[in-house]
Formats: sequence, C-alpha cells, structure tokens
Amino acid sequence: MRTPLRPLARILQARQEGLNPDMIERENLKLRHDVQREKARGRAQYRLVILCASFVMVFGAIGARMGLMAATEPVEPRTSAPGAEIIAQRADITDRNGRILATNMLTYALYAQPKLMVDPKGSARKLGEIFPELDAAALERRFTDGRSFVWVRKVLSPEQMQQVYDIGDPGLLFGPREMRLYPNGTLAAHVLGGASFGAEGVQSAEVIGTAGIEKALDARLRDPAQGNKPVTLSIDLTLQSTVEEVLAAGVGMLNARGAAAILMNARTGEVLALASLPTFDPNDRSSARTDKTAEPGDSPLFNRAVQGVYELGSTFKIFTVAQAMELGLVTPETMVDANAPLKWGRFKINEFDNKNYGPLLSVSDVIAKSSNVATANIALMIGGLRQQAFLKSLGFFEKTPVELVEASGSRPIIPQKWSDIVTITVGYGQGFASSPMNLATGYAAVANGGVLIKPTLLKREGPTTGVRVMSEKTARDSVKMLRRVVTEGTASLGDVPGYEVAGKTGTAEKPKKTGGYYKDRNINTFGAVFPASNPQYVLVVMMDEAVDTTLSEARRTAGWTAVPVAAEIIRRVAPLMGLRPTLEPPATDALTAASN
Amino acid sequence: MRPVLYVLSFLAVIALGFWAYRENYATQAALKEVEGLQRQIVDLREALSVQRAEWAYLNRPDRLRDLTTANFDRLGLLPMEPSQFGAAAQVAYPKARLPEISNSTDIQGTLAAPEEGL
Repeated sequence: MRTPLRPLARILQARQEGLNPDMIERENLKLRHDVQREKARGRAQYRLVILCASFVMVFGAIGARMGLMAATEPVEPRTSAPGAEIIAQRADITDRNGRILATNMLTYALYAQPKLMVDPKGSARKLGEIFPELDAAALERRFTDGRSFVWVRKVLSPEQMQQVYDIGDPGLLFGPREMRLYPNGTLAAHVLGGASFGAEGVQSAEVIGTAGIEKALDARLRDPAQGNKPVTLSIDLTLQSTVEEVLAAGVGMLNARGAAAILMNARTGEVLALASLPTFDPNDRSSARTDKTAEPGDSPLFNRAVQGVYELGSTFKIFTVAQAMELGLVTPETMVDANAPLKWGRFKINEFDNKNYGPLLSVSDVIAKSSNVATANIALMIGGLRQQAFLKSLGFFEKTPVELVEASGSRPIIPQKWSDIVTITVGYGQGFASSPMNLATGYAAVANGGVLIKPTLLKREGPTTGVRVMSEKTARDSVKMLRRVVTEGTASLGDVPGYEVAGKTGTAEKPKKTGGYYKDRNINTFGAVFPASNPQYVLVVMMDEAVDTTLSEARRTAGWTAVPVAAEIIRRVAPLMGLRPTLEPPATDALTAASN
Repeated sequence: MRPVLYVLSFLAVIALGFWAYRENYATQAALKEVEGLQRQIVDLREALSVQRAEWAYLNRPDRLRDLTTANFDRLGLLPMEPSQFGAAAQVAYPKARLPEISNSTDIQGTLAAPEEGL
C-alpha cells in the first residue's frame, strides 16, 4: 500500500509543534526510494545468477564434449551410406565408346622391417631367387646394416606374393597399392603417357601421371569427387588400332625411322586416332628409355605427332594458295609465273628433280604439280606481313592446344626475321617447322569450310564453334585443288575408290645439325581430307626417312611413301566410321559383271 | 489414486527401459550388418574393377586380331572393306507367293504296253 508523502495527521501535529512539515515529506520520500532500490537490486541479482548459470552450463557442456572427444577412440561414422567413392582412386580413362584405356588394379608392395626378421641372409637370398632383377647381395647388406625399414618392390603379382609368403619371414610385409593398368598395352601409348607412384606410404601410395594425358589432366583424374566418373577421350579404340597397324606395316615396308598419323574429325576437332612410331608400353615406361647418346627425337617415348616439329614441306602450299584466293589476288584459273629456277638475291629456287613447269601455270596446277617456283611467286604477291598474320590465325605460331603435356614443348620453329626469302620458302613449307598436329588443325580448317577449330583429345558434346579464317568459297576451292593432287597430281597412289581423297604431299629434306640439309633423309608428309565432296575427316601421315625400294631406284618422296600408307589407312578406317563409299562397289566376279 | 499412479509410472519406466535395451542391441546388430555389407561391397567393387580390367585386357585389339587369324577357317573374318557396303536396291524383293492350290483333282492312269510298230 502506497503511503502518502504528506500524511495530514502528522503534518498538523508538526505544525502545532512548530516543526518543518517538509522534513516529513523528505523522510517519507527516502523510505519510498529505499524500498524501490531494494526491489531493483534483488531483480538484478536474480538476473546475474541466471546469466552465470547459463554460462556455466554452456561452457560446461562444451568442455564435457571436448573432454569426451579427446578421451574416446576415433570411430568412423558407421551409419552413412557408402557410394562408389569408397575406393577413392584415380579415375579411369575410356575411349569414346566407353572401352577402357586405363584403369586401376589393387596389388601389393613389398617392404621389410629387418628388426623383425628371423633370417635376413636367407630371406635376401630367397628374394633374389624370386625376383631375378634384385641384387641379393645388396639386399642382404641393406637388411643387416641396422636400418629398420627397407622397400623391396613397388608392385607384386599374386604369384610372387605367394612365393614371398612361402619364405615365411615375419619381417617381410606387404602394403596395399593401387596400380595403374593399361590393358591394351602399347595401343594409344603416346596419348595415355603413363603414371607412376608419387609419395609412398605403407598403407597407400599416390599415383601421379608422368606423361601424356595422364599428366595433362592429372588434377581431374585425381579429384576424389570425380573418381568414379571416367574421363572419356575422343579416341576410338578400333580406329586407333587400325591406324597403328597400318602405320607399323608401312614403317616396316619403307624402312622408316619413325612415323606419325593423326585422324581428326574436321567439324568438331576431335582426334579419333593419334599414333606415333616407334612406340612403347605405358605399363612399363622405364624400359622404353634409350641410351643417353641417342637423339631425344628417336626415343620411343617421343611423340612425333605432337612433340616433334618438322619442316612439313609442300603441304604448306595449300595455305599460301588459299590465302591468295582469300585476298582476291588469284582464282584457281589464274596463270602465274612458274619459270624455274627462280633467282632471288643470292638464292635460287628450284623445282623437284630440277623440272620446269613454266613458263605459266594455273593456280590449280600449281598445287597439283607442287610447283615451288609458282608458290614462291604467289607468296611474294601476298607479302611477308600478311603471310605471317594468316599462318598465325591458323595456329602455326603457337604450340598445339591439344590436352597432352608434351604439346607444351612443341613450339613451332619460326624464323626470327621475316625477310622476302623467308616469305618464299615458308610459302612452300621450308624453313618453318611445326608439329603434325598443327598441320592437321590447319587442314581441318580448310576441310570444314574455313573455321579454325581447337583440336581436342576429349569427347565433345554438342556443336563446336571456332574462328573463321577463310571464306567458305576459298575453302571449297582449296579442297577441289587438293582433290586434283590425288586424281592427277603427285598423290595418285592416294586415291581410294569411293572416298574421294583430297590431299597434298610434302617432302622436306631433314636439316643437318651442322647446317644445310641431308640429300637422302626426308620427312614425308601427306595431309589428306576426305571425302572431297563433303569433307568430314582429316588424316595427316608423317614418315621419317622412309624409302621405297620396290623398284630399281630408291624413292624418297612423299608420293611413294606417306601417300600409299595414308591411302591404306583411309581404305581401312573409313568403313569403320560408317562412311559409305560414293561409287558402286565393284562386281564380285566376272560372271555377275557379264550378267549385268 | 496416487499409489496406482506411482505403480503405473514405475511399470512404464521398466517397460521403456526394456524397450530401450532392445532397441540399443537391435541398432548395434544393424550397424554390424551394415559394416559387413559395406566390406562386402568394397570387395565386390574391387573384384568388379579387376574383372573390368581383365575384360579390357582379353578384348584388346591385338589379341582379337591374332584370334581371328588363328580361327580364320572357322570364322572367316576379314577387315571391313568399302565394298561391303550395299545399297537398299541390291536387296532382292521377296518372291511373290504362289496362290494356294484349291479344288485339286487326282488323275490316275495306267501305262499300256507300247503297240508294235511305233
């Protein structure tokens, strides 16, 4: 109950006694304030206690949880559903139809703990018997010199593992390993590259790509989130095998030092087959290493199709002519000066075999007959600057963008100073080196109607876009000229009935290390496009020092070496791609022919 | 009234305790089973990847080529050639069916001895 500040009774009494009634009011006010303060203090105290209690509870809970976690044994969560990622491993690599090119296999590594060994000497001797490549004496030394851990072998076959078990020494132990396996052996070896072990532990080892697409796409292949999704290549296993078979036969018959072939879809830029000979087995890369004195370009590990830069010779002429047509300088029927030899300063440009196709040659015939002199004159009409710009737009000034780690080392060799003589020689493919993959990309641009498309080794979904480098008409006219090379020119052996092969040969002498060129060592190239009426595929075949000795004289030109090999590849590969020949198949026997 | 409530709640506690005990063991059994199954799945996956690798190894083009060569007399397989493509026009029409024979009559006769002089 609220007491009044100035109770009338007390005021009256105070007045009678002559006291100040205000004192009463002040006293009452103080009493009232005291009561209020007491109340507020009690409430604040109560709040503080609640707050303290909740802090203690929260920190107590956290502390208890931490203590519990620190004290308990770690256990994997057992209730979560497992997926395919249960074996976190390197992703598989498959071809475009899902056939396996690279996969993993569980195997075991062998290591020893000499301190646990019962009979180190006997074990070392027995291991030497099981693995002939191990040095038993060295192994014994390592087992007995006091170290506590020795790696013996990185991978074991199940039979070898059983034999090691049979030794029965408790100091010989096994650690599980995921091993990279290439079930197709040497097939597509240069595409796949290879893999080896990175950091190694007893329980596992990381597998890292060492070359090829294994290294180029290492991050994607090792990504645990995508471990169960294979990387699908654009390579077709059947085509790859056929191309390699025919190319190997060609290398054998023509005594070539090496060869390369690229089969590419001209519309999408997908590489369907990529072969380089000699080849190696990616399961056992180390055995492919040659001695150090040999040239790096002769190693089986060397990818001639991507890594090798060669002067690709007359195959370049079509680019010169295409550019001249694009600029409107010539038409296929224009007559150009082809009077050989062409003198330019102190240089003399000759035709093959010192022929003379002059005095005048139509542009179409320049390609069909492969005239150096006429191409040189066309190149001079274009001029060095424009020539450089065009070759640049076709990607010849850069390493090929294909997904192989070797590609980064294949920067084309470009002349430093682009003088007129360089313009002339580059016009017919001399003094300018690029990889066969660069050439295939350029030919694909001609074949698909003038659009430069980035070559790729990965399967592409959906349409591809590229940069237009020449008009459709120029590209069409160029393909027509290339077709004439096969029907009546230097590549007559390249005609495959039904498939309208169009292409250009290139024979370039190999440069000596000391300067100058070898007379009897050639790089033979054939860049082909088929079928000419509706070009869909590009095939580039390159042969190193091939020579045809079936006739009395040794023939080293592309027309006798690379072209027949390319023709056989097309004859075998085109039906496999479902490409229907345009002509009627020949009658099976004389009787049917007669009855028709 | 109160004692009845006490007894009932006591019984409920016992029943719930029994239920929790059984649930606990059932969960542990289920977890153990899941663990076993997971181990089995891992083993099967491993076996599957080995078998996939083996399938690819056995079907490698080199081996198939050698096998077709070795069994050429039985299979007669050759590389595919352009001439093996055919046109739809080359496929013959099915032969027109002959009409059914109806109202057939049996005809019989005897061979007479040939006359002299013929």
